[in-house]
Amino acid sequence: MSVIYLLLTLSIIVAVVFFAAFIMAIKNGQYDDSYTPSVRMLFEDELVKKTNEETEKDI
Amino acid sequence: MDKTSCYHCGDDCGNNPISHNEKNFCCVGCKTVYEIFANNDLSYYYDLQSAAGSTPKEIEGKYNFLESADIVEKLIEFNDNGIQIINLYIPHIHCSSCIWILENLNKLNHGITTSQVDFPKKTVRITFNSEQTSLKDLVLLMSKIGYEPYISLDDYNKKEKKVDRSLTYKLGVAGFAFGNVMFLSFPEYFEVGEFWLEQFKGVFRWLMFAFSLPVVFYAAQDYFVSAYKGLRSKFLNIDIPIALGIAVLFLRSTLDITFDWGTGFFDSLTGLVFFLLLGKFFQQKTYSYLSFERDYKSYFPIAVTRITKDNTEESIQVYDLKSGDRLLIRNGELIPVDAILINGNARIDYSFVTGESEAVDKKSGDKVYAGGRQISSAIEIEVLKSVSQSYLTQLWSNAVFQKDKSGSFQTLTDSIGKRFTIGVLTIAFVSAFIWLIIDPSKTINVFTAVLIIACPCAIALAAPFTLGNMLRIFGRHKFYLRDTQTIEQLAQIDTAIFDKTGTITTAEKGHVYYEGLKLSEEEESLLKNTLRSSNHPLSRKLYDILSEHNIVPLDSYEEHLGEGIMGATKSDKIKIGSATFVGKPQIKNGDNTSVHFSANDQYKGCYIFQNNYRDGVSEIFSNMAQDLELAILSGDNAGEEKTLNKLLPKGTPLHFNQKPEGKLQFIRTLQEQNKKVMMVGDGLNDAGALAQSNVGIAISENVNVFSPACDAILDAKNFTSLYHYIIASRKAIKIIKLSFILSLLYNVIGLYFAVTGQLEPVIAAILMPLSSISIVLFTTIATNILGRKLAKQ
Repeated sequence: MSVIYLLLTLSIIVAVVFFAAFIMAIKNGQYDDSYTPSVRMLFEDELVKKTNEETEKDI
Repeated sequence: MDKTSCYHCGDDCGNNPISHNEKNFCCVGCKTVYEIFANNDLSYYYDLQSAAGSTPKEIEGKYNFLESADIVEKLIEFNDNGIQIINLYIPHIHCSSCIWILENLNKLNHGITTSQVDFPKKTVRITFNSEQTSLKDLVLLMSKIGYEPYISLDDYNKKEKKVDRSLTYKLGVAGFAFGNVMFLSFPEYFEVGEFWLEQFKGVFRWLMFAFSLPVVFYAAQDYFVSAYKGLRSKFLNIDIPIALGIAVLFLRSTLDITFDWGTGFFDSLTGLVFFLLLGKFFQQKTYSYLSFERDYKSYFPIAVTRITKDNTEESIQVYDLKSGDRLLIRNGELIPVDAILINGNARIDYSFVTGESEAVDKKSGDKVYAGGRQISSAIEIEVLKSVSQSYLTQLWSNAVFQKDKSGSFQTLTDSIGKRFTIGVLTIAFVSAFIWLIIDPSKTINVFTAVLIIACPCAIALAAPFTLGNMLRIFGRHKFYLRDTQTIEQLAQIDTAIFDKTGTITTAEKGHVYYEGLKLSEEEESLLKNTLRSSNHPLSRKLYDILSEHNIVPLDSYEEHLGEGIMGATKSDKIKIGSATFVGKPQIKNGDNTSVHFSANDQYKGCYIFQNNYRDGVSEIFSNMAQDLELAILSGDNAGEEKTLNKLLPKGTPLHFNQKPEGKLQFIRTLQEQNKKVMMVGDGLNDAGALAQSNVGIAISENVNVFSPACDAILDAKNFTSLYHYIIASRKAIKIIKLSFILSLLYNVIGLYFAVTGQLEPVIAAILMPLSSISIVLFTTIATNILGRKLAKQ
């Protein structure tokens, strides 16, 4: 029944990998601002949206 | 006709909207921003959210100081190989359009590599190439599109703020360990003595031990530190029984598995720490864009314009100002130091510093104080004292500002901690003693079981969850509190002190009424047309109030500084100004500000400006008077005494002409009489009093703009609800007390098992999360009911 040792090891490795990913995410500041990304993802990918009017270059 | 609102900013366009591309704009500024966006294919801005913009302000010369490399160096975060990164605070950020446009700044200026908005903090982090563009260009561009960054002395040489993420780490560690330990301890909950289990339990148990190590030695370390601190200062706080519980849990469990006495309590241990940290996490500060720590530095400019000996202008850092320097202060700029006026017409708004509502005129040779804002044309001043020695800034050398207010306050949880610790230790020793007589082998078992089960997890959770939730509810009502402790403080208040100007009066248009002879159509028209030419704030106010008239060109117009203005057409002549200026002996009219005028040398009458009190002031004061002692502390003169007496409940003490230092002293005297004082103020002149008081509340017309250091910021619109908030805080404390009783019930049940020596790990593993979760549920539901009631009021 030593397969249970293998399974335990595997499951703990998987758990630790995810835990490490979580720690990395905190370290990179992903949890510092939890609001803006939720808005950002809704923006159009390509921002260019021509207005039909002729553009005046008089800024 | 329907009112047209501006396509860019949403303001009313008035009678003459500017049309462009079939869209209406209220002013040229808004139209320009629209054109910039349209020409750069950024008009998606308006699709995201309509009328999201703000009118760009005049900023001519304001950012010249950004040309100085030394100053730029202090502002930017990163500078290497032509790449610079700066983090700018932009108060206007308020919607998704703002995020979108600011993150597309590179479309407008190609020197910008990336820009990233942090919405909750209202900041944008811009990476740009310093060879292609400069910080000044960047700031000018942002100002031009209505997103003017706020740069103050506070930003100067700011150390890069370390974000404290340790709590998130700890929570992660505890959660990770908790989940895994739960899985590993599951088999032994149901079966004991089964063949396979017997064979593998050693591995399972030692794995659980391994998982609990980081929890005890890393995630829970705050509790040990706090308990140690408490013991050293001979103060039994709630963390002592918690730390004791964790330590005993860990030691007993380790012994259990070493000598094969049982499975240990690793599941309860990790669960306990996880729930406790969750509570801590929940009551963390939530308003990252509000600052409760501001001092004068947040208001002061970073640099001013100095006039050198050869009459050229240069930007100079405010800290470098020396006595004798000559400065140029433009319209709208703040005077950073005490100085003497040399040149120009000074009209200085000290409302921020002294609370006086009217601007004062100064003649050359007069002293002007730091903190005043020049509101007419540019002036020249000569520096008398450096920034830190100026009259206003000296207030901050008062010890009050160094003191950490939260350290000295004993929270409700801590006050129960003392009795709890003593109680638990008594029960533990007594039951151990009894078992020593009955069955000595079980003594240690019972003793540790009592300490484990009595670990006040639920008690420690009651306050964070109740108060954390209240904090959010108050936030929804635009009452922003610094931390959860403020709610507890607020519940204990018995004295409320109010500032007058800006706090119970509004900064908006004062109430104006006319006293005098009736005016003919021509006279009114002339009055309006003369006022049009003047930039005096009272003229502007009056001009806005008077009804529309045709524009009549004046034949002559004169302005007499500090006295009044004179206008004339062919037939008529009008004088507007002080009583003596228009030829009327000074009369007393309750010290209200008034503008007199005469037409053709005949005295006509005067407009009287009254301080405008917030709606419902009278009502809220009479409500508060029921169980609070009230007082008014005003920096203004006693002109409003009569009105205030009428408005406020009888016998409310009124104190006028209070200096900032005096306000602070007043609060301190009250506190020495064991009063719990709440101070409500708005300006820098209240800063000392706000810091000294138990709860300092800053009233703000716009919470994104600035308020002095305080414990809470209240949106001026919700001023009348203040008393409801106090009552709600008191109710929140009641909720906490109720949940204390609830969690004590759980403790009694747990103690029954512990004292009788029947505490199995599985009972602890059920009881602990159950009590914690039911406390969290109870407090959440109770506070939400409270919040709903608050919404109805």
